[in-house]
Amino acid sequence: MEKLRRTMLYVPGNNAGMVKDAHIYRSDSVMFDLEDSVSLNEKDSARLLIFNALKTLDYEGIETVVRINGLDTPFGEDDIKAMVRARPDIIRIPKAETAEDVLAVEKLIEREERAAGVDPGTIKMMAAIEGPLGVINAYQIATASKRLVGIALGAEDYVTSMKTKRSPEGMEILYARSAIVTAARAAGIYALDTVYSDINNEEGFIEEVKLIKQLGFDGKSVISPRQISPVHRIYTPDHKEIDFAVRVIAAIKEAEIKGSGVISLDGKMIDKPIVDRAERVLAMAKASGILINEDEI
Amino acid sequence: MPLNAANREIPLSLPGFDTIKAFEGAFENTPLVRKEKGIRNVPKLNKLVETVEQAVLKTELKDGMTISFHHHFRNGDYILNMVMDVIANMGIKNLTLASSSLTDAHAPLVGHIKNGVVTQIYTSGLRGELGEFISNGGMENPVLIHSHGGRARAIETRKINIDVAFLGVPSSDVYGNSNGYTGKSACGSLGYAKVDAEWAHKVVLITDFLVEYPNTPFSIHQDQVDYIVKVDSVGDPNGISTGATRMTKNPRDLLIARNAADVVVASGYFEDGFSLQTGSGGASLATTKYLRDYMIERNVKASWGLGGITSQMVKLHEEGLIAKLLDTQSFDLDAVKSIAENRYHTEISASYYANPLNKGCAVNKLNVVILSALEIDVNFNVNVLTGSDGVLRGASGGHSDTAVGSGLSIIVAPLIRGRTATVVDNVQTIITPGETVDVLVTDRGIAVNPRRQDVLKRLKETTLPLYTIEELRDKAQRVAGTPEKIEFEDKVVALVEYRDGTIIDVVRQVKS
Repeated sequence: MEKLRRTMLYVPGNNAGMVKDAHIYRSDSVMFDLEDSVSLNEKDSARLLIFNALKTLDYEGIETVVRINGLDTPFGEDDIKAMVRARPDIIRIPKAETAEDVLAVEKLIEREERAAGVDPGTIKMMAAIEGPLGVINAYQIATASKRLVGIALGAEDYVTSMKTKRSPEGMEILYARSAIVTAARAAGIYALDTVYSDINNEEGFIEEVKLIKQLGFDGKSVISPRQISPVHRIYTPDHKEIDFAVRVIAAIKEAEIKGSGVISLDGKMIDKPIVDRAERVLAMAKASGILINEDEI
Repeated sequence: MPLNAANREIPLSLPGFDTIKAFEGAFENTPLVRKEKGIRNVPKLNKLVETVEQAVLKTELKDGMTISFHHHFRNGDYILNMVMDVIANMGIKNLTLASSSLTDAHAPLVGHIKNGVVTQIYTSGLRGELGEFISNGGMENPVLIHSHGGRARAIETRKINIDVAFLGVPSSDVYGNSNGYTGKSACGSLGYAKVDAEWAHKVVLITDFLVEYPNTPFSIHQDQVDYIVKVDSVGDPNGISTGATRMTKNPRDLLIARNAADVVVASGYFEDGFSLQTGSGGASLATTKYLRDYMIERNVKASWGLGGITSQMVKLHEEGLIAKLLDTQSFDLDAVKSIAENRYHTEISASYYANPLNKGCAVNKLNVVILSALEIDVNFNVNVLTGSDGVLRGASGGHSDTAVGSGLSIIVAPLIRGRTATVVDNVQTIITPGETVDVLVTDRGIAVNPRRQDVLKRLKETTLPLYTIEELRDKAQRVAGTPEKIEFEDKVVALVEYRDGTIIDVVRQVKS
């Protein structure tokens, strides 16, 4: 089953209480931040806290991501050294502008994996694109490393560089969103949308999630546990979609048993995109807690 | 045949009437009725006395007697301290204090205990400085902790025999008809006080709002009342009730609440006409909100709600989702307003609410209750009284009453509170026995009491995160570790009475 990444809960790396409980809200991933949410004088204590949290606590199967500081800071390399040994699932690179930015981090991860006796390639990567250059280079970034599982938009820095600011409708980031989701699809990796910072505006948040789902994003970074269930709800397929998906998969199984090549349902041919979509719908449904009777499939 | 006072011949006995007492005059056998037009004996036109001290004198309160108060004014209460100061100044000693509960506002009692004015306490709860003082062995006699239903039972069976009840009321007329929802100190229901008014030998009302006779509708009525004192203020409105109990934004509470609502919906108890009680804690309040969403979505309506009424319950009532409310205690201004205005928001006494020995209490007919816990152990025993340091800092309240009375009792609590595990091997103090607790809902999983296989079977048909309670304990211990045992002295500082009058546990003095 394809891994779901509808929600990535952003957790400040210096907040022990939140780090301890990051997984209980059942976002698809949790992202411990060593970068922007941690002040300069707390960089090392946050790194130590996340290191120990990852080594000690049981995150019960929730994907763990650590956003490290950039290599252009005094902290990036130490972050990598510590995190490779703490073994989150993913290291997330901030402010990726070029493929070289990804490769530079990958090189250090690989060096540390060897030094620590971890199988090279174990730690996956994700890159955040947060500026116009990164948007232009989105495809190069997305294809820079085999470790890369996804790219994400970071809109706050991007809009500043674009000499504009965020609006409720988000017209100013439509191009960046489209560029990133297209690059991700072309590279066969995940596309994640930027955060929505007005946590008390549930209505505005829901509108935005509907928009990014329609654009094709796999999910969104969220900054409060309260934002998780609205995203999951919107990404949950409705009963019509589920029924259809169940029938598609059943038709395929039946065709496999009969050994027939051409598969049809309701008089229409079922081709690979339809099957893929059906599988995705069922995965989403199961992840959303909808019980599907396996016997029907 | 003798003549009576009306000059009629009255036989002294007849078949079926062994002794017949002849009429002796309109005033001879009812000394309290006025004797001649324009002149009235006690009580006169009113029962007002000038000061609390005069009221105490008239009640003939003496050393060794039992006095009572209610806690409807919560942290805003002025009455208890006001009356105790007067009593202390009058030199009365060795009193038993039978308050429905005690709050942070009652720290001055420490002084009255030290001076021997109060030598025995019955209460639902203890907090703050007073709790610390008693936990540290400050009182010779242990405190008796009772549930709300247990107190009503004790009073009605005269195990607690109240000599004088001092009852603060937000409004009263000069004859003693009073209610809780008018006046600047409105507190809503007077459910606990109603029991005292009915059973105490002498009843003194203290109010800051005198209104025209008759003060209808009334909660405490003129036939129960001896004296009335008008004071400037009975309490601090800010401490009596907050505006609307605010909906929590704490994501952990919301997570627990959603799980609890999901449990209710899947439990089999969520059907048209069900009844519920939810508390005023963050998670409990939020559960009401999530249940509301489910009720609207699935067109399920509750026939009644019990409590402890909050703005959330009122909202559901006013939306037609809960047909009727039965209210022993109104937690916020919305609830106060509602009990005044809504025809089917009905005030009930603590006895009606939960007395296990009367002819029928409301908790017995309750379907679902959501309750909190400081600690719960692997046998589902719940502690809501003593903190992780062993000190008294809570109240028994209606916890054990509703747990046993309801069809489905759900405890909501975070698995770890601060740095302390909530699920433990043995709770410090048992308030509610595990055999009456059905489900534990935490932020990290749900455990069903193995006694309730029927509920477990239904929950297994969902995707809710089910664990055994031992698994939850282990989860908590993996993060929080096992705390060192609290050290106690031998001295018992509180007896915990179960609602039936038996002692379920004791609290010992903490080692300093």
